[in-house]
Amino acid sequence: MRAFEDFKVGDIMEFGPLAITAADIKSFAARFDPQPMHLDEAASRNTVVDGLFASGLHIVCLHMRLFADGVLHDSTSMGSPGVQEVRYLAPVRAGDSLTLRVEIISARPPKSRHEMGLVNFLSHMVNAGNKPVLEMAATLMFGRRAAAAANGVAV
Amino acid sequence: MTYFEDLRVGMRTEVGSHTFRADEIKAFAREFDPQSFHLDEEAAARSHFGALCASGWHTAAVCLRHIVLARQRQEAELRRRGEAVARTGPSPGLRDLVWPRPVYVGDTIALRAVASRPDVGLRVARHSGINQRGELVYSVLSSTFIERRVRNPDGVQA
Repeated sequence: MRAFEDFKVGDIMEFGPLAITAADIKSFAARFDPQPMHLDEAASRNTVVDGLFASGLHIVCLHMRLFADGVLHDSTSMGSPGVQEVRYLAPVRAGDSLTLRVEIISARPPKSRHEMGLVNFLSHMVNAGNKPVLEMAATLMFGRRAAAAANGVAV
Repeated sequence: MTYFEDLRVGMRTEVGSHTFRADEIKAFAREFDPQSFHLDEEAAARSHFGALCASGWHTAAVCLRHIVLARQRQEAELRRRGEAVARTGPSPGLRDLVWPRPVYVGDTIALRAVASRPDVGLRVARHSGINQRGELVYSVLSSTFIERRVRNPDGVQA
């Protein structure tokens, strides 16, 4: 299991690819971002970005899924205090396939809490044509090895 | 929708509220954020969260839904009055997002938008969620491209 101490500055990880369909785009939009350009091919024609494309937050959620499957499921993850920035760089369309690249920018134990550490990531999602569609800078909290071992977690 | 020129810093809209149920927290987590403290009560009880809590992106997604629906209600009202409705484009992104506290099962989160200083052609707003105890659980600075009143694509002054 990956603990705070296992995240090294400069490490780069890659996950995916993950395919996205028109049904995926519309299903997310119907539940969380019900705007015509994410819901309906006909209504999305002649809008600012012509044609159906995914909600930006949908891509963020797919980023989360790739990261959870790739890293967090077997880690001492304690969630995230926040995200510095998300940039949507290009629309994601039905049939796109997304790959996530994550670089560790910093890893620091806060002074006040000895049981965990903060890891800052910079991530990029690219489509099958290697065109960047999303960039994110975020912080995650991970339990430290000693604290996890004290709680009976094998690390 | 008000046009770019109509945006006023500090303009505040209460967009709705949502009570998070255990089944929807788990369903969202299975789809997008499969971490044990979002999926399983017992595992969550053993975690530092102490109880099942929603993915932070679930809170963000529910907030977005309410923001979009509130904007659509406002646009419908403008059309009903025969007023022009500004077109909005995609979002270039978001920044300064925080989740200061977890959202637990049964928490009711009130969602609001407060207009921030607009950027060039961008509507910028602080979206936030406050739980039933008055505590901030979510906040983000969101931006969206928005049409200007002058020189709209039809070449007609609105």
